[in-house]
Amino acid sequence: MTSTSNTNVSVKHRSKRVTDGKVRRNIEIFILSAPAIILFCAFVILPIILGAYYGFYKWKGFGTPSKNGKFVGLQNYVTALSDPNFQAAILHTFEIVVCSLVIQAPLAILFALLLNQKFKGRALIRTLIFVPYVVSEVIVGTGWSLLLQKTGAVNQLLGKIGIEGPDWLADPKIAIWTLLLLISWKYIGFAVILMLAGMQSIPEELYEAARVDGAGFWQMQKSITLPLLAPTLRIWVFLSMIGSLQLFDLVYIIWGQYVSTTAGVSTMATYMVREGRGAGNYGYGSAVALIIFIISLIVALTYQRFVLSRDLDGALTEQKQAKKRAAKRAKEAQRLAEAAQ
Amino acid sequence: MSAAISTSTKFTAKNGYRLSSKTPWGNPAVYFFSLVLVAICVTPVLYIIFGGFRTNSQITNDPAGFPNPWVIDNYVEVIASDIFWGELVNSLIVGISTMIGVVVLGIMVSFVIARYRFRYAPLMYALFSAGLMFPMTVGITPLYLMIRNLGLSNSLAGIILPQIAFGLPQTIIILVPFLQSIPMELEEAALLDGCSRLGFFARMVIPLSMPGVATTGILTFVGSWNSYMLPLFVLSSDSKYTLPLGVQMFSSEHSVDTARVLAFTSLAMLPALICFTIFQKKIVGGLTGAVKG
Repeated sequence: MTSTSNTNVSVKHRSKRVTDGKVRRNIEIFILSAPAIILFCAFVILPIILGAYYGFYKWKGFGTPSKNGKFVGLQNYVTALSDPNFQAAILHTFEIVVCSLVIQAPLAILFALLLNQKFKGRALIRTLIFVPYVVSEVIVGTGWSLLLQKTGAVNQLLGKIGIEGPDWLADPKIAIWTLLLLISWKYIGFAVILMLAGMQSIPEELYEAARVDGAGFWQMQKSITLPLLAPTLRIWVFLSMIGSLQLFDLVYIIWGQYVSTTAGVSTMATYMVREGRGAGNYGYGSAVALIIFIISLIVALTYQRFVLSRDLDGALTEQKQAKKRAAKRAKEAQRLAEAAQ
Repeated sequence: MSAAISTSTKFTAKNGYRLSSKTPWGNPAVYFFSLVLVAICVTPVLYIIFGGFRTNSQITNDPAGFPNPWVIDNYVEVIASDIFWGELVNSLIVGISTMIGVVVLGIMVSFVIARYRFRYAPLMYALFSAGLMFPMTVGITPLYLMIRNLGLSNSLAGIILPQIAFGLPQTIIILVPFLQSIPMELEEAALLDGCSRLGFFARMVIPLSMPGVATTGILTFVGSWNSYMLPLFVLSSDSKYTLPLGVQMFSSEHSVDTARVLAFTSLAMLPALICFTIFQKKIVGGLTGAVKG
């Protein structure tokens, strides 16, 4: 009886403090998060909305579309989707998405396995394989386009062992493979580092237990490392796909906006820049941008819905809370057991 | 959080210990494949650096050869030119401002998402993580028009502000799990000792989240240092160019003078490489924390 009245009093006390604290809390939330949200909405969200609006106009980028441009409805979208150059660009982009995954995933896992071994000089090697990722696309482009010229260093070396090197950059049959090679070279370091981070979070005890049970090296990798690496792998696949869908820098620097089409390496983004800003057709460029946005969105949402859903919210928040709750419960149970004794 | 930090420091300390005394020399096959891998990754970069020490006739006659004799004229000329230093300073201004902006705004909003219980926290997290799906490419045309209408075209601010906005998602995704793992008990103890939420933020959260902050800061800096598309759209006069644009302009202007282009290129990549090499361990550590959740 007394105890309940006590709690009543304290609840009343607290409720006033709680409302005070709530106002203060809301002010804090506002001050801390407003700058980031405003900047984010202004420069990330708003352009996409504006782009959707511009996409309905034939507009050269001066003044406002409604005054200085001409409303054309969905004409821009029809033109873009029926342009063989854009269709080719979409095809190249998806070839790049798929092939990057197929080429990089197995290599990255193998390299990460290799660098997860304990040996002297490992730290240095880990740093060195990250070099291509850190070097900018412009520099990679400049360097590789010299190396891969018809009379460049690569073909000279090939010539020394009796192979006549192809025209890596200009031959439309080969150019896209060259591009894939360069993409893999440039971005595999990132995949390896992610995989390494994932492997390091696998508890060592599992391997020890497996070793006790007489498992061999490859068997352990197959039944311990790979399954436990799956969440990392799924996140990497997502990042890689999004990156490939937006690919622009490397192609634009090595091939330029016109050659990329004839060499068969144009991507959706290079097409957008060439036809949009390059040609001064800002309405049309915005429409193409929106198409890229929608394609990326569909790919991203499909992937999230069917593959990532169990990782993203699960791994980050719920599982951890569940773990905490379980730990708490276990502790309580222990305490109860001790008390009972 | 403290748990995460202590385990990670313990982990690296243990590794360091093992490296110094107990690390086995390892399988020859492991070394062989590692060296092949390293050679593939590093050779093209070395080609650029060595190429700068050669003359144009050396490069034309023997594209795959070593410098013979070594020539330092190209590097000297580039270092003595105002163009290089001007672009370097521009890149530094943009990179450092972007990094500071992203880290400061990012940690503030991550703190809100991670430590305040309110209805819109998941929504805010979803908003920013959705931003991860849309790199700048998609919005670049309207973004450029907006920057122009704001009067920011051809100014460094016109690159810095959008870069901060686009850097936020990555930062928040890395920092939120970091901040969430700071034990509740620590916050309660701070509150009991009369510390306000903001005091807790300033005195405990910021120092404790340094590994995550370092990771995101360096990734942001390197990203800004290498960014090409936004400067390409926004900057129009040479004096405002950042290094990537500078490299491209230099290589198209001096397309005959290959050796000098290579010297310019290798000097341009040096700062990012050095910065990354120094902090490389921190980055892997921070990423490990993030992946672990």
